[in-house]
Amino acid sequence: MTGDTVISVKDLVKKFGNFTANDNLNFEVFEGEIFGFLGANGAGKTTAIRILSGLSRPTSGRATVAGFDAGTQPEKIKKNIGYMCQKFSLYEDLTVRENIMLYGGIYGMKLPALKERIHQLLNKLRFEEYENRIISDLPLGLRQKLAFAIAVLHEPRIVFLDEPTGGVDPITRRQFWEMIYETASMNITVFVTTHYMDEAEYCDRVSIMSEGKIVALDTPAELKRQYNAESVEEVFVKIARPPNPPKSGLKPEPDTTGMI
Amino acid sequence: MKRFLGFVKKEFLHIFRDYRTLIIIFGIPAAQILIFGFVVRTDIKDAGVAVLDLSGDEITQRLTNKIFSSGFFVNNGNLLNYNDIDATFKKGNTKAIYVFEENFGSNLYREGKASMSIITDGSEPNVATLITNYTTAIVNDFNRELNNDAVNSVLLIQPEVKMFYNPKLESHFMFVPGVITLILILICALMTSVTITREKEFGTMEVLLVSPLKPLQIILGKVTPYFLLSFINIILILILSWLVFGLPIKGSVVLLLFESMLYILMSLSLGILISILSKTMQQAIFISFLGLMLPTILLSGFIFPIENMPKVYDVVSKIVPPSYFITIIKGIMIKGIGITFVWKQTLVIFFMTLLFIGLSVSKFKVRLQ
Repeated sequence: MTGDTVISVKDLVKKFGNFTANDNLNFEVFEGEIFGFLGANGAGKTTAIRILSGLSRPTSGRATVAGFDAGTQPEKIKKNIGYMCQKFSLYEDLTVRENIMLYGGIYGMKLPALKERIHQLLNKLRFEEYENRIISDLPLGLRQKLAFAIAVLHEPRIVFLDEPTGGVDPITRRQFWEMIYETASMNITVFVTTHYMDEAEYCDRVSIMSEGKIVALDTPAELKRQYNAESVEEVFVKIARPPNPPKSGLKPEPDTTGMI
Repeated sequence: MKRFLGFVKKEFLHIFRDYRTLIIIFGIPAAQILIFGFVVRTDIKDAGVAVLDLSGDEITQRLTNKIFSSGFFVNNGNLLNYNDIDATFKKGNTKAIYVFEENFGSNLYREGKASMSIITDGSEPNVATLITNYTTAIVNDFNRELNNDAVNSVLLIQPEVKMFYNPKLESHFMFVPGVITLILILICALMTSVTITREKEFGTMEVLLVSPLKPLQIILGKVTPYFLLSFINIILILILSWLVFGLPIKGSVVLLLFESMLYILMSLSLGILISILSKTMQQAIFISFLGLMLPTILLSGFIFPIENMPKVYDVVSKIVPPSYFITIIKGIMIKGIGITFVWKQTLVIFFMTLLFIGLSVSKFKVRLQ
């Protein structure tokens, strides 16, 4: 499980005014790995993902993604990653096929390759009958699976999944994780945040953030051993929750919904 | 470029798939043109009028007959004295009352002038003005007849009022520039701001920003379809007004289209600015309606006569962009003037466009940090 390094973060700091969202992060992610990125709300996960996906620049330190610098080459990074966010990211008034065509086009896929890929994908997901249905007619589980399939459509080196399974039933979640495994086996690195601690157990390695810092990073088994815990959930509760609640109200993460 | 075209295509799909959007873009302009053209008629037909004839001679009889035979008025009866005027108006179906002074006919022949009052119901100012104008025209015509009849051709009624109202020419035209101005603001600013905030609200904007599409491409991709549709829309409105009402464009069509394009660009940049400032679709709609739609409706003068408004309005109209475009488009369409008369307004719109784009870019950068 130690392929090439695809994400390398050194002394990464991101400040918003006086508020330090990411405080000196250091970690590496390897090719084909499923990397769990955990943390309570407001711990700074989203800020870090935004930097790694080229949406925002580090205040200091260095982050390299797929060999490109997040501070100076965000456009190059964007071509090499896939992204699926917690909100639903497909266009509800377009058909399955139109959505796939749109994202394939945006990622610069050539038409014959794209058509071939659509065929494969629909076949694999058993989606053929839905090809010309508009998204709003599909159940949530199917949409999430489709959104994930589209995020890796162009075979990126890394795919970022920001709470991909929020609000999805257990069976679909299970299927979703099967897709994640399959993706990782294609040497696509999966960088995933989640609030479901059972999902954390499925990751190859897990990092836990608290108050802008990474406080733990290892395989789930090793973490459980170190913290003498039964599950990752127990580890999380032990370290992610600060013993003393912060005095001045914890500043929430900067609003990212109001972009553009 | 291919990326960009695919994105534009998707935006067209959004528009064509949502019948509500289509109605707003193409249905409303057509409906407005037809409604304002046919229903809100600014010429009159069968307006109720009453007569208070204090003289009751042959001349007043002839004039009254002439007025009622014109087809514009319906005789709502004769009054007996001044005290009846108020009560007659209060019944509601009488819009005007003609009062002939005592000894009208003999005054006219003896002193060469006689006076007639046209008392109108001021609660409907537009109708009142129309009735006054129509009646004045008929009375002038009657004057001419009398002068022709008279052997020694004396001018009988001194204040010659010129007929300045031309029902067949001006009445349909005033609202067309207003509708165009309104529609462009509606489609460009409102729809653009809504479509961009929709992507923000649904979370698709996040995905687009992470994609290799550049922010500028995203914005251009979103507004290009609206630019094209607005331009088609103007042409359709002009063709419709020409077919149905025979509206000519007195000035240069090329200039008109050029000015329209500039105004579309300004509205689009305003729409982008609104979408950057607002977080939800509701907010965008609210800002567009209050900030743009209402001033445009008020300013265009096709519902409310501008002359009747307080002075504050002058100041407001200097700030609101549509007022400049209305001046330009009315000038070109109705008066047939050229660029030499509207270059100031054109420059104002041009600089407003630059201002809105500049503000959008700076706000956008702040958000992206």
